[in-house]
Amino acid sequence: MADRFAQIVQSDIGAKVADLLGLPKPAQLRRYSPGDPLVDGVALIGGADGGTLLDEAASLLVSAGVETAEEPSTHESMRYAAVVYDASGITSSSDLDELYRFVQGGIRSLARNARIVVLAATPELLEDGKHRTAQRAIEGFTRSVAKELKGGSTCNLIHVAPGAEQGLDAPLRFVLSGRSAFVTGQVLRVGPATDTLPATPADLARPLDGKVAVVTGAARGIGEAIAETLARDGATVVCLDVPQAGQSLAEVANRIGGEAFQLDVTADDAPTRLVDHLVQRHGGVDVIVHNAGITRDKTLAGMDDARWDLVLNVNLIAVERINDELLSREALNEGGRIVCLSSAIGGIAGNRGQTNYGATKAGIIGHVEVLAPTLAKIGATANAVAPGFIETEMTGKMPFGPREVGRRISSLGQGGLPVDVAETIAYLSASDATWVNGTTLRVCGQNLIGA
Amino acid sequence: MPTAPKASKSRAKSPKTPAIRQAVVVGGNRTPFARSNGKYANASNSDLLTAALDGLVARFGLAGERLGEVAGGAVLKHARDFNLVREAVLGSALAPDTPAFDIQKACDTSIEAAVAISNKIKLGQIDSGIACGTDTTSDAPVALNDELREVLMEANRAKGPADYVKLVGRLRPSQLVPEIPRNAEPRTGLAMGDHQAITTAEWNISREAQDQLAINSHDNLAAAYDRGFMDDLVTPFQGLAKDDNLRPGSTMEKLGSLKVAFGDPETGTMTAANSTPLTDGAAAVLISTPEWAEAHDLPQLARIVDAESAAVDYVHGHEGLLMAPAYAVPRMLERNGLTLQDFDIYEIHEAFAGTVLSTLAAWESEEFCTEKLGLDGALGSIDMEKLNPVGSSLATGHPFAATGARLVATAAKQLHERGGGRALLSVCAAGGNGLVMILEA
Repeated sequence: MADRFAQIVQSDIGAKVADLLGLPKPAQLRRYSPGDPLVDGVALIGGADGGTLLDEAASLLVSAGVETAEEPSTHESMRYAAVVYDASGITSSSDLDELYRFVQGGIRSLARNARIVVLAATPELLEDGKHRTAQRAIEGFTRSVAKELKGGSTCNLIHVAPGAEQGLDAPLRFVLSGRSAFVTGQVLRVGPATDTLPATPADLARPLDGKVAVVTGAARGIGEAIAETLARDGATVVCLDVPQAGQSLAEVANRIGGEAFQLDVTADDAPTRLVDHLVQRHGGVDVIVHNAGITRDKTLAGMDDARWDLVLNVNLIAVERINDELLSREALNEGGRIVCLSSAIGGIAGNRGQTNYGATKAGIIGHVEVLAPTLAKIGATANAVAPGFIETEMTGKMPFGPREVGRRISSLGQGGLPVDVAETIAYLSASDATWVNGTTLRVCGQNLIGA
Repeated sequence: MPTAPKASKSRAKSPKTPAIRQAVVVGGNRTPFARSNGKYANASNSDLLTAALDGLVARFGLAGERLGEVAGGAVLKHARDFNLVREAVLGSALAPDTPAFDIQKACDTSIEAAVAISNKIKLGQIDSGIACGTDTTSDAPVALNDELREVLMEANRAKGPADYVKLVGRLRPSQLVPEIPRNAEPRTGLAMGDHQAITTAEWNISREAQDQLAINSHDNLAAAYDRGFMDDLVTPFQGLAKDDNLRPGSTMEKLGSLKVAFGDPETGTMTAANSTPLTDGAAAVLISTPEWAEAHDLPQLARIVDAESAAVDYVHGHEGLLMAPAYAVPRMLERNGLTLQDFDIYEIHEAFAGTVLSTLAAWESEEFCTEKLGLDGALGSIDMEKLNPVGSSLATGHPFAATGARLVATAAKQLHERGGGRALLSVCAAGGNGLVMILEA
């Protein structure tokens, strides 16, 4: 379902009319395609004294060929494509003004589709109370900045556990690039560090080269976009969906040079059959994306067992069973990645008529938290992605009112695309995201619901 | 395409005595079969076959891959479909430099294609290939009335206005009636069902036995779908996920109430339920050397061990039209040193329940086996539990050219699932032809 409103106000005449009427003007977002520069312009970079993350960030920008500046330019025409500030050195609340001044300098000369990224120490892990309070304050600052930005720009915060500075590259590269088009106002978490060091992919244009990935629910919508994106990044993708969806599943698989695997994930023998297939055909699996999900909405008073059981079985129990089977048979390769789909609206905020769905999507968040420490031992990770309002066949069928509200109440003033969710999953799947583990990341354009 | 280096080296060393290689069934795919003029009313043979090939390619991750050969065909073909299989390959996700050829042998089309592919593989000419078939009676070719066609052909050859005038004088309103393909034998004018009705009566096959076979076929197929057996044999097409001829849970009472469809209206035993309906669909099966399968990390379900063709003289009434497999099987058993009982699975195409039961009765008959087959005694009976264990054509339906490929894939998967064994496959065909095959795992 195309967002006609966004298309109209992006045109010259449409923009003028929108201005006259005071309508929101959603921007055309910068989305990644292979070969794009990491940052499309100059990056303003700085940090508070005593910070631990500035060097890592600066060397990433340099190696990516990004031009950097340390002081805001005096030229009025100067526009920054990115503003990166290491705030980890701010140890008391009275020093927070350094952050405010630096970001203010950048925000006054910001290009369209710019990226503001603040780096901080994970507050919960800090022993000094003043330091912790100051670091915690930063989150409120970045979330508010994100709401003030226009023109497709985003602001995100990266929390790095002390000692895990080397793990900064993956999330920083992600939030700077066009891959994070619909991620704003979020906190990305890195660490703690483990024995498995983050490995920068040999070819950043194909970070999943040689990997085998499984995507459930791959026949259409978000699952199809995930399969396409992982294949573009180099993975061999086993596309899985229910047998009834087999025709479009085969089309997706053939288009991306992958495999179609028809399976009802709720079948008793589904975990065995899937793992048998992966072991026999590929000797194991590197990435599994649990995307298959359904809704059967009904307010709790009217809920019946069929609706409850089906949603629980597909969205949560099947995910747990398949992961259990993968791990007990050691079929998840070293450095493996488990990525599960949660939901910003159902899983985080809660939604009327979705007690069943909400339970499963919140359960997913718990599930990846539980898996994380076990997986860390083999350099593997489990994370969840929580999409907000995404333009799919499903949201296209929503009534006009709720659909328009769903789109416009995000800071980016529009719905996301399936590829935005897929890019986030690709980031979590790469070998340099080793220390991003047990987290849930929202891809919602900072939707008001599920903040 | 990766070739097993060992095999090619040894062939190169002794080119004069090439070792016969093995051909294994990797897996299959088909569209669900749809009753005629229903779900697939607007699908052509080319659409169906391309879908079956694409589903197979997707299942085994072969997009963009060049295979050794694709062989197959259709029974009811439009003139424009002279290169049906090659065109389907070009429309599919296979590499466009995959060669393909059409064959046509009525209902034996795709099992004969499987023999062709496996023979090429065994002789070292190719390492991999697909046997396939498709048919639609919903998009059947309708030809010009023969008389009108003759007039038009002469018009094409006409030299001047005078010739045209003469030809116009030969046009008749009756020539507007088109020629529609019929499921009838050209030499006898009898429909296949009418032929089988004669055979069924000759072998005294009861209505109850035929109805029971039909019920088993439907129930077995339904159970196979329920336990996920069909998940990697079928890919949905045009909104159909299962064969829509499938009617599980029927009873002898229900089937007993149906009217006679073929044979004597009073004493006949063949009905719509124990005969296959006209159906649309396509099927394909991937065959390769064990080395090719291994190099691609693909399964090896079963080996194609042997095959045998036979034909019978049904024209002069010496034998029933669909009885050729009864003759082919003993010759193949003899060559392989096997008895009829040496099989774990019998996949016998159910053109009609009467066909299967007449064939089994013939093998049980001392008289038939000694006089017609020239054996010392009867071949004997088979364990009926081993017959078409996941259902067959009475339940799935029978798009003529697709049935052989369906059988090969289904039998191979069953052998693989039970961890080994031997299967006997049998497909009767129009024109008194028949083809049988042995698979082992």
